[in-house]
Amino acid sequence: MTLTQAQVEHIAALARLELTPEEKASFHQQLSAILDYFAQLQEVDTSDISPEMGEIPAGSSLRLDEPRPGLPLEDLLSNAPQVEDDQFRVPPVFE
Amino acid sequence: MPDPTDLTLMQAVQALRAGELSCRQLVEAYLGRIQRLDAGLEPSLHCFLSLAPESARFQADAADRRLAAWRKDPQADLPPLLGVPLAVKDVLCVAGMPCTCGSRILQDFVPPYHATAVQNLLDAGAILLGKTNTDEFAMGSSTENSAYGVTHNPWDVERVPGGSSGGSAAAVAARLAPAALGTDTGGSVRQPASFCGVTGIKPTYGRVSRYGLVAYGSSLDVVGVLARDAADAAVVFRLIAGRDPLDATSADLPVPSIDTGGQAGGDQPLAGLRIGIPEEYFVSGLQQEVAERVRSAIAALEALGAQPRPVSLPHTQFALPVYYLVAPAEASANLARYDGIRYGMRHEAANLGEVYRRTRGAGFGAEVKRRIMLGTYALSAGYYDAYYGQAQKVRALIRSDFESVFEQVDVIAAPVAPTTAFKIGEHRDDPLSMYLEDVFTLPANLAGVPGLAFPVGFDSQGLPVGMQLMGPHFREDLLFWVAHQYQQITDWHTRQPRLE
Repeated sequence: MTLTQAQVEHIAALARLELTPEEKASFHQQLSAILDYFAQLQEVDTSDISPEMGEIPAGSSLRLDEPRPGLPLEDLLSNAPQVEDDQFRVPPVFE
Repeated sequence: MPDPTDLTLMQAVQALRAGELSCRQLVEAYLGRIQRLDAGLEPSLHCFLSLAPESARFQADAADRRLAAWRKDPQADLPPLLGVPLAVKDVLCVAGMPCTCGSRILQDFVPPYHATAVQNLLDAGAILLGKTNTDEFAMGSSTENSAYGVTHNPWDVERVPGGSSGGSAAAVAARLAPAALGTDTGGSVRQPASFCGVTGIKPTYGRVSRYGLVAYGSSLDVVGVLARDAADAAVVFRLIAGRDPLDATSADLPVPSIDTGGQAGGDQPLAGLRIGIPEEYFVSGLQQEVAERVRSAIAALEALGAQPRPVSLPHTQFALPVYYLVAPAEASANLARYDGIRYGMRHEAANLGEVYRRTRGAGFGAEVKRRIMLGTYALSAGYYDAYYGQAQKVRALIRSDFESVFEQVDVIAAPVAPTTAFKIGEHRDDPLSMYLEDVFTLPANLAGVPGLAFPVGFDSQGLPVGMQLMGPHFREDLLFWVAHQYQQITDWHTRQPRLE
């Protein structure tokens, strides 16, 4: 097993994911198998390669930073689970 | 009158202009077929997650009025796809229509704006029938990861249509739409096109705007097209390709015209075309019947004048681990936005951290969680260099494999997937075996090159077999042209499943 149960719980905490005990057990087994398979990547000699070389060159011309009308506030808030006074309502951050 | 759903997209455009058919008749024919095959009694194909029949009828009537005015004044401007119905994968935003991404977490999400690719099609006069099924957030190869149920393959309803654009591919195969938009991050247009016997283009990375596409793996995602043949796919592709000021990664390059106007150049239209056959794609995991059909298709291209020659893409075997580290790493960042605050479902809790954890725990399905976990791990302190960093370096080697090969040949021909469509449930509980289905489509995404899948025959069970052509960056035109020449001398792309 590449991963320990504690690591699975640590990763879930980092990712803000609540997992059921069944999910923890199956992910522990499945992710370990996947990572074992991925170990073959370590065989590849990449000593002459920098990670940036793996990036795909994309369009680079940025549009002008000109003010333009955005979407109406009403539309932007229309999908929010809770809204109050034109703002997103959230539970307390600090208690 | 013959069934309007038998017409290809270009035939429908011509029939509408000639007045042989009204837009309303065409739209009603598709809506009726969807009602019978997709939304009716079991077993239904379940290609669509949502439909927009009222707006489709309204727009069809408006298009008919415009066509009537045009007939009186043929000098007037007419949008190229006026009155043609299309389907859109449910990861692209259409204002006013639900966009679930196949996920519970976006169950009630209705975007307030159009994706640019969608806007381009609407500007061209197209009518949207509805949104098609997808693996959750486009993560999967079968549509089995959709929170709203699997789509059935029209050629055998006990089998998957492929994924993640399985709803779009099955809809085109079952003639529920003449063409559809899909997206391809690791094969999600090409593999379902292959499984359903349709033609699918994964454009060059950066060729098509991704504004309004829900992000999965941002260095890989592209918007593509599924259609009945290469000529139709080329028409839709040209409408969505090009620079978009709203997507900084879209390339500011001209989109060449594509000659699909019949068979040019006598009986040797492909004379001089060099086709590379990569030995790494004809390996032990490849089903024998798939290998045989692909080899006969290559022989057919040779008969048209092309020159096949062996080439090598030596890092092919590493594409799978590279992809399944890079894409989940990007996904883990992209999906951080689903926190239950600004849109999507919220699981109420006493404090903000618990809202995040519970919303995401309840809203995401197993495969999305698995990839978020994998990506979070690959990016986490102590493991970044060994996993994500090494994957990025090997990705550079995969890309340079393609660059060297395209110095020797014009296009590469290879199988799309190692097998034909597999049974629903066949890879359940074994995610790694499902990932292996993507082994031949992942390299093009990692290298950013275009790929086109098209049907080249059937296996002994009557399931479609596809072949893919890959080309240099921004040479989609070459792929369309070669596939079109093949489709001039074969009729695999005109076969249709028996459904009624």
